Amino acid sequence: MKTDIILCGVGGQGIISISAVLGIAALEENMHIKQSEIHGMSQRGGSVQSHVRISSNPVASDLIPLANAGLILSVEPMEALRYLPWLSPGGWIVSNNQPFLNIPDYPPVESLMQEYKSRKNAVLINADEIASRCGSAKASNMVMLGAASRFIHLKPESLMHGLEKLFAQKGSSVIDLNLKAFDAGRQASVAL
Amino acid sequence: MEKMLLLGDEAIAQGALDAGISGMYAYPGTPSTEIMEYVQACGSGVHALWSANEKTAMEEALGMSYAGKRAMVAMKHVGLNVAADPFMNAAITGVNGGLVIVAADDPSMHSSQNEQDSRYYGKFAQIPVFEPSSQQEAYDMTRDAFDLSEKYGVPVLIRITTRLAHSRSQVESRTPLPQRSLHLPEEPLQFVLLPALARKRYKRLLALQKEFMESSEHSPYNLSILKTGGKTGVIACGTGWNYLNEWFPDGDYPGPVLKLSQYPLPVKQIQRMFDQSASILVLEDGYPLVEEMLNGIFPVNKHIKGRLDGTLPRDGELTPDLVASALGFPVNEAYHIPSVVVPRPPSLCNGCSHADLYRALDEVMKEFGKGKVFSDIGCYTLGALPPYNAIYSCVDMGASVTMAKGAADAGMTPSVCVIGDSTFTHSGMTGLLDAVIENTPVTVIISDNSATAMTGGQKSHATDRLVEICKGLGVSPDHIVTLVPLRKNHQENVRILRKEILFEGPSVVIFQRECIQTSARRHKKN
Repeated sequence: MKTDIILCGVGGQGIISISAVLGIAALEENMHIKQSEIHGMSQRGGSVQSHVRISSNPVASDLIPLANAGLILSVEPMEALRYLPWLSPGGWIVSNNQPFLNIPDYPPVESLMQEYKSRKNAVLINADEIASRCGSAKASNMVMLGAASRFIHLKPESLMHGLEKLFAQKGSSVIDLNLKAFDAGRQASVAL
Repeated sequence: MEKMLLLGDEAIAQGALDAGISGMYAYPGTPSTEIMEYVQACGSGVHALWSANEKTAMEEALGMSYAGKRAMVAMKHVGLNVAADPFMNAAITGVNGGLVIVAADDPSMHSSQNEQDSRYYGKFAQIPVFEPSSQQEAYDMTRDAFDLSEKYGVPVLIRITTRLAHSRSQVESRTPLPQRSLHLPEEPLQFVLLPALARKRYKRLLALQKEFMESSEHSPYNLSILKTGGKTGVIACGTGWNYLNEWFPDGDYPGPVLKLSQYPLPVKQIQRMFDQSASILVLEDGYPLVEEMLNGIFPVNKHIKGRLDGTLPRDGELTPDLVASALGFPVNEAYHIPSVVVPRPPSLCNGCSHADLYRALDEVMKEFGKGKVFSDIGCYTLGALPPYNAIYSCVDMGASVTMAKGAADAGMTPSVCVIGDSTFTHSGMTGLLDAVIENTPVTVIISDNSATAMTGGQKSHATDRLVEICKGLGVSPDHIVTLVPLRKNHQENVRILRKEILFEGPSVVIFQRECIQTSARRHKKN
């Protein structure tokens, strides 16, 4: 049992939190894990990515080889496409469809959507809107984790438990908000 | 024991804590920063505060070792250049309490000015070097490095790269050791490197080389798997071992393999695999250190494949895909990046004080032409890119001040530099003293955001001290000006900055406003 995930977005969109929840959940299920993160200068509003490898066998490389990721989990629609060379044949893209506009030459959103339409295995959801409905747009990263959870070989309960642990110090209202966001994301993804 | 999910950096920090360190010393620098941050968060009773720069950090750690306690010092690769003087000489003085130095290299320059390979520093200083391949090894090696350091009375270098530093995996810890008690060196003159004494100490270091080699030959971290059958033997250094295992899990590579994680090179082990291989492939991250040593001056009559013969690229980080190609596997992408995707480079945050500074500076410099502003290392280096295009250098910590002085010496007017507050106290102050002594017409702009922001907003030594420091260095108080970089102050800032740039002597203009990231975090806490 093995899940190789490219996690991506823009610095500050909360992919480190997604990665942390995956880590806690994988430990809980006694899986092997390696997760390679981007720190430092690349965080400043630039593209960020994390390679997450979860397996029942020991994981060798910290990096996922090209064409080997079963899942691209993205909190931004253009960023997901940037990492396509890592996607395995038939692998899935699960992405937020809301663009993060901080560059002058961001492509027209329609042309991005056109790219998605031409692909079979893509799940696009409006994570910002779903998160806002749950109580705060800030929880859109957990909406995305929920949406992607059906492509990850970890139990949803372990992920939710990981989420509770990660936000434990922030109090029950933050935990509840994020659990709600996770659940709403999962529902939205299953409904598609 | 307890199973934790740790970054390579954190595994080293936990290893040091469990080895009973009394002091952790460092200056922030990607990808090494998290080592100190972990000790600060988890190491109660351990001295763990940032130093002014890597040289002061190294010397402070050496001082703690002198006093008989275990100490660790961590830095990014280029930080070891700053600390090179005490580093080289610590190999001669030797240590009392265990001393471990961590250098975190950044091949592919994810966040650096070069991709120098710190293993050369280990060889240069002639001390043992560890290069972990996994987070668990990072933990275990750090503990063992302290024992080795005390056994031989020398500092030990741990070399990691970004990939390991910033990748998380499971780590099992061992029973922690207590801190050492204060005890001075048995040999009272050990640390006095007067020539006559230094010669003796150096002979001691040379005599130890044989023992370091023996330690490498029998190291649990250097593993020979001498399978016959394959023609190409593989030497896999550090994380290169992981990439080999990615393609040959469970050690089923058909030929001889040497997993190499402790230096100096275990010559006997290499000889044995050499004898069984028609050619050798070297997988090493960074420079071709092992490959060069195998080749010697004249190529051996055996094909050595690696970064020198073109089997692997000469520069950039090692990846599983590059290793696959080197092993003869096809690397095929199933999908390509669609043309609609455009680059998204890092940029200054919305509301960043550096941006307001650059808007003012650009307006002033319009009348003097391009190319007259030097700069330095920090978030503000992004001022070299559009829309600012404001600065023309970024070389090493503090170089903006001294390069501006050199250009002024050459007759360039005006000569201006932009340096961050933390970079200034790291290595800018001495250069300003040079300018004061010669009354050189340079304008030093200190962009003071009261943090070491690029590495995550660590405390800056410069906070609330800049004016006093500049006065102390001898800058005329009339030409030390503090401005607040805000849009509403733009016209006034332009006027004053212009006046100081026209002044024909050293002047300092401090643009002071807190980093919006640290400020936001502070307000959240309160």
